[in-house]
Amino acid sequence: MDTKDTPSYYVPEQSKLPLFASLGLFLTVFGLGSWINGSGNGSTIFLIGFALLGFVLYRWFAIVIDENIRGMNSIKLKTSYVWGMGWFIFSEVMFFAAFFGALFYVRTFALPWLSEGPTSEILWNGFKGEWPLMETPDMAANGSDAAMSGPGENMSNPGLSHWLGWLPFWNTSILLLSSFTVHFAHTSLKKDDKKWFNIWLGITVALGIIFLVLQAEEYRHAYADLGLTLNSGIYGTTFFLLTGFHGLHVTLGTFMLLVQWLRSVFKGHFNHDDCFGFEASSWYWHFVDVVWLGLFVFVYILG
Amino acid sequence: MAHGPAKGISRWLFTTNHKDIGSMYLWFSFAMFFMGGIFALVIRAELFEPGLQIVEPAFFNQMTTLHGLVMVFGAVMPAFVGLANWMLPMMVGAPDMALPRMNNWSFWILPFAFAMMTSTLFMEGGAPNFGWTFYAPLSTTYAPDSVTFFIFAVHIMGASSIMGAINIVATILNMRAPGMTLMKMPLFVWTWLITAYLLIAVMPVLAGVVTMMLMDIHFGTSFFDAAGGGDPVLFQHVFWFFGHPEVYIMILPAFGVVSAIIPTFARKPLFGYSSMVYATASIAFLSFIVWAHHMFTVGMPLFGELVFMYATMLIAVPTGVKVFNWVTTMWRGSMTFETPMLFSIAFVILFTIGGFSGLMLAIAPADFQYHDTYFVVAHFHYVLVPGAIFSITAAVYYWLPKWCGKMYNETLGKVHFWLAFAGLNITFFPMHFSGLAGMPRRIPDYNPLWADWNMISSIGSLLFGAAQVLFLYIVIRTIVSGRKATDGVWDGAEGLEWTVASPAPYHTFTTPPEVK
Repeated sequence: MDTKDTPSYYVPEQSKLPLFASLGLFLTVFGLGSWINGSGNGSTIFLIGFALLGFVLYRWFAIVIDENIRGMNSIKLKTSYVWGMGWFIFSEVMFFAAFFGALFYVRTFALPWLSEGPTSEILWNGFKGEWPLMETPDMAANGSDAAMSGPGENMSNPGLSHWLGWLPFWNTSILLLSSFTVHFAHTSLKKDDKKWFNIWLGITVALGIIFLVLQAEEYRHAYADLGLTLNSGIYGTTFFLLTGFHGLHVTLGTFMLLVQWLRSVFKGHFNHDDCFGFEASSWYWHFVDVVWLGLFVFVYILG
Repeated sequence: MAHGPAKGISRWLFTTNHKDIGSMYLWFSFAMFFMGGIFALVIRAELFEPGLQIVEPAFFNQMTTLHGLVMVFGAVMPAFVGLANWMLPMMVGAPDMALPRMNNWSFWILPFAFAMMTSTLFMEGGAPNFGWTFYAPLSTTYAPDSVTFFIFAVHIMGASSIMGAINIVATILNMRAPGMTLMKMPLFVWTWLITAYLLIAVMPVLAGVVTMMLMDIHFGTSFFDAAGGGDPVLFQHVFWFFGHPEVYIMILPAFGVVSAIIPTFARKPLFGYSSMVYATASIAFLSFIVWAHHMFTVGMPLFGELVFMYATMLIAVPTGVKVFNWVTTMWRGSMTFETPMLFSIAFVILFTIGGFSGLMLAIAPADFQYHDTYFVVAHFHYVLVPGAIFSITAAVYYWLPKWCGKMYNETLGKVHFWLAFAGLNITFFPMHFSGLAGMPRRIPDYNPLWADWNMISSIGSLLFGAAQVLFLYIVIRTIVSGRKATDGVWDGAEGLEWTVASPAPYHTFTTPPEVK
């Protein structure tokens, strides 16, 4: 390519990535759908699709990083990446908004309506709309014949004096702390202090993993000891879907930060003015942190 | 950057060029338009007269469902994204879309998603049969097994839409030529910027609601099951929180298209440019606070009915501003009536009719009478067919000479317009009457009381379908053997896209133009 002809904005040549990424995505969801519907080879198709998608995305990011190292990315292109990541995070906010909205609707409208008036008397006689919902409408109306039963115990706020022994409090502390450590990593990088950047980023990844382990322990406890499962009426439903999707996002965020850490430690990537991969991952990390604060308030404390 | 397109099929499979991707979107949309149209003709054939003649009721339900899903997600939305791909970089003076590889990914997801969705027709238990709005519990407790594939198809087409919208936002905000300030952007660019924002805001909510369905169906949760403390009405709230902005996603780019075409053929600048921008933004804002007007009869508190009724009526204000501006643009213009202009004028008149029936439906006490009748079907087909479909058609006639460098045949174009115009009105106008007379939507058999209106509708639908076959012929004939188009194409056309050659070179504006 003649440098005089080089446009200021890098428009890549043809690429096989998008088509194979689409194929991988299709096989992933088609396999998942077949698997859930009980078809024999669904899980195989899913795994093949997921591996293909993962491989293509790995190649995709590798190529983009390589182009950046070779100096093909203009300031403008980097701005496009910034807009892209920013709006992607906004779309994630709206995904969580759907589930927070469902929780709000159920607590504010659905449960009071289920427990009042003549319809309630006919359909769900004796049902009381309290939160956390321990006795489902089905249990109120049908007693021990109920198909939809509530949880044995719930995860709600045990009172301030018990917080030190309350796992969600520790998870909150860990995530909040990790938001600070990732910020310290960023300030170190801005001073080109790669040693402390690696240390702070490594600590952040470790905190993310600890959070996930504690979250897994909380789920085990819920299933094994509290009788709180996905099937425990609307309380179990909202509890597991909100915390579960948050957990998946923490997993992704931890993975993203881990990749940046590996790039920095083993490849020597990033300096004070070229660190978008890290910055994008850190924004994502702050985003999952903010979602957790929402969860902590609306699922646990006001639960 | 290579100077021309690659040879053979790989040009299309692996392309990163916004024009190639735009063409693929448009052809894909055209194919889906015909598929959705065939589903519609099955519906109209069954409804030609009362009684069950042609299909089983169960299959009829699959047809109404797939017709809606394919038209909304397969025909209208990809067509506008295709137009955006072709036109936005040229309109703002950019060399391509901001993220060209992701652009191609957004496209290629769609054929896979629709292959998966339509393959449900051949699955045991049949395709989704719960209507395109897929209300729970019809779509959960009583759904066919294929609902799982429907859910995942919605997930990946949502991913496609979000990536496409992010690309559009980044292109518009980041890649404008020097001097192209926000308030100098063509209105098509403005309307797409706001549409992209709506897409990013609501497609994740759609993903959320189908995820809740998936969990309820397969993993024992009780989002939409009152026995466990959930509520089927919750489904409707979350769905319409997506669904109402979605209808503006299908109409705002149409506003942009006619705002480009009417000034050209009236040979006057657009009247009230800035008020158009603010009106578009107001409509987008209001679209988030009106969703429950789809649910007036579901049993909301009176306060909710009133809030949603008034908020909905408020939308008539910015929409009225737009219609006023289009009419005023034409006022005392040197008007000519080429095919794109005919479709645009029909858009203004017929879309306004659809808007008025929307106002009628917005009146909560009146809606109790209209709800779930053919009056609603008439309303939304009046905003979508002469709204979205006519504007897309107008856009194709208007920009096709720029895309392929050839001129379409004006006489054939006008024949297409008058056939489509007649066909659409014969099909959908009688639905107002059958609906007011009480005919419910989504039924395969009906009271003979409504027989005449239905027969007229069915005849009109055949005419409308035939007009679209003519459209396909006109487009192909233009590409193959149209006479050469000039670079300016139209007398009064303004904008950067008309400053480049016809057909537009494979790469345009690799050096940004100066905008005064």
